[in-house]
Amino acid sequence: MASNVITTERTARASALDADLAKRLLYDMMLIRRFEEKAAEAYALGKIGGFLHLSIGEEAVAAGASSVLRPDDYAISTYREHGHCLAKGSDPRRAMAELFGRRDGLSKGKGGSMHLFDKNSNFLGGHAIVGAHLPLAAGAAFAIKYRGGDQVVVCYFGDGAVPEGEFHEAMNLAALWQLPVVYLCENNRYAMGTSLDRALAETEIWKFGRAYNMPGEPVDGMDVLAIREAVGRAVERARKDKAPSLIEARTYRFRGHSMRDPAGAVYRTKEEVEREKLRDPIVLFRERVLGAGVLSEADVRALEKDVNDLIDEAVAFAEASPEPPVEWLLTDIFKEGD
Amino acid sequence: MAVMTYREALNQALREEMRRDPRVFVIGEEVGLYEGAYKVTQGLLKEFGEGRIVDTPIAESGFTGVGIGAAMLGLRPVVEMMTFNFALLALDQIVNSAAKMYYMSGGQYNIPIVIRGPGGPAHQLAAQHSQSMESYFYHVPGLKVVRPSTPADAKGLLKSAIRDDNPVIFIESETLYAVKGEVPDDEDFLIPLGEAVVRREGTDVTVVAYMGMMYRAIEAAEELAKEGISVEIVDPRTLQPMDTATIVGSVRKTHRAVVVEAGAGFAGMGSEIAAFITEQAFDDLDAPVERVTGASAPMPYARNLERAKTPSKDKVIDAIRKVCDARGS
Repeated sequence: MASNVITTERTARASALDADLAKRLLYDMMLIRRFEEKAAEAYALGKIGGFLHLSIGEEAVAAGASSVLRPDDYAISTYREHGHCLAKGSDPRRAMAELFGRRDGLSKGKGGSMHLFDKNSNFLGGHAIVGAHLPLAAGAAFAIKYRGGDQVVVCYFGDGAVPEGEFHEAMNLAALWQLPVVYLCENNRYAMGTSLDRALAETEIWKFGRAYNMPGEPVDGMDVLAIREAVGRAVERARKDKAPSLIEARTYRFRGHSMRDPAGAVYRTKEEVEREKLRDPIVLFRERVLGAGVLSEADVRALEKDVNDLIDEAVAFAEASPEPPVEWLLTDIFKEGD
Repeated sequence: MAVMTYREALNQALREEMRRDPRVFVIGEEVGLYEGAYKVTQGLLKEFGEGRIVDTPIAESGFTGVGIGAAMLGLRPVVEMMTFNFALLALDQIVNSAAKMYYMSGGQYNIPIVIRGPGGPAHQLAAQHSQSMESYFYHVPGLKVVRPSTPADAKGLLKSAIRDDNPVIFIESETLYAVKGEVPDDEDFLIPLGEAVVRREGTDVTVVAYMGMMYRAIEAAEELAKEGISVEIVDPRTLQPMDTATIVGSVRKTHRAVVVEAGAGFAGMGSEIAAFITEQAFDDLDAPVERVTGASAPMPYARNLERAKTPSKDKVIDAIRKVCDARGS
């Protein structure tokens, strides 16, 4: 009975979808997935170095949240930020070139996978000290309010940031000063290899909102429409009322913490990973829109082709882009006066 | 010119820059209603309101991060640390966010922020409130570090720091807030970051010193003048970027150098200054560069121990005599 109700609800919601929105959401998720699959290949070939953290399995969060943002809104994220950056509208070719450490990269090859920044799409960066970008998000929202603007900031972070003091400082300041920021937790249940119940006295992360008088809610992080709706409500609150929110998107990373932990096999069971893969957000959404007749098989195949072509082009672009000139070692340290 | 205290000069600099540029705001603990723990922000809340003089809870990392995030969107925050010792709680934000953002974003997001407050030895504030913090910051590429010794410098350098497009660490001193001096009234009175000043001209020895140590050096110089030893005092004012040319130029003239710093000596400011003097002016030196530094101990509370921890006039005199006695060949 209960499952019938959910099915009916989902069908109804999917029916309300127009084809353009369905295409956008599916396209964005597939784009992120393909981008990261190709990045993993390049990493294995030694073309990408350092740390590479994939968000495969978590694409619905970036795609759903970005779909309710305006181009002049802001997003800021962690070191697992490829998807957030792409969904905000950054050029996949320049993102890939950044992973390759090339001069045409978004950050001129100086940032790498963990530090994608893009002023053109108001992407305020990937930040790799866990928890540290939550106050930055509050600061960006402070600046918006200071200027009397109506933009909002979406701040993606992982469950691993919740035990950090800066999570609590940022939540308190954002609520105290009523800042237009949406704190969007991607709870993938593991901070590197430490599971939620080994890290948090309260594992229902959205409940921390209550402690700070901030509206909060949990949402199925594998359901792109549910995320779109929850983030949409939070963005409205931020835009109209200048009020912050905390959303906990319950998701799962199919790969390990980074490419150096490819299987993620020590701290979780194979059965758990296989079970979670049944909730693959792309598969679920594709089935839903096909089942509801919003998109046809041909539509989906066309989207897939576009995505694959674009990512192939992105890899070729990255390969062709030269290394940054060595003189760049000493540029961009201090900005010279205008 | 008007005679005013160091504290008033800072206050005037903040006031003028806030009137000049609506993007400038002040944020920190007790800066508004309380008017500043050391009254540097006195009267600013009344003139500029809560929107621009922002009281915070005790959350140094949080409000420093708010400042940096606001700077990413083009505001020009002045973050007050009630004392610079508390900046340790915000060290990650300062080092990993503010200092590196411009570089790791490939030149997209510069951070025009000033982080200011008092630091260094004070009056019996004990171990956790008396540290000379500059060495934590000048080692980090991407940060500018200022230590203004006089009221005029406090004003001219703070105004330059606020107009700078980069993160500036601006460390004042509890012991100097009441010091009086002549300060230009000009609203465009700026002292460029990275320019040292010769405080006192002399011919026998160069003493490099800033903040309280600069005043100890002046006392030492006055005493030694009676014996016919002529001391030149150079105050770097900005530690990063460092005006090496002025310091080396002075040493080339005097052939002797003493560096005085309040902090512990190991890998301190004196080490760096001695190193570049040696690299650039070795052949001009008639004696090894002498360093006078704080003892390598936490700051004690007891008055006599506190005095022993920090370089005194007598220690500066001893060091000057030592380099002057080493008569070069």
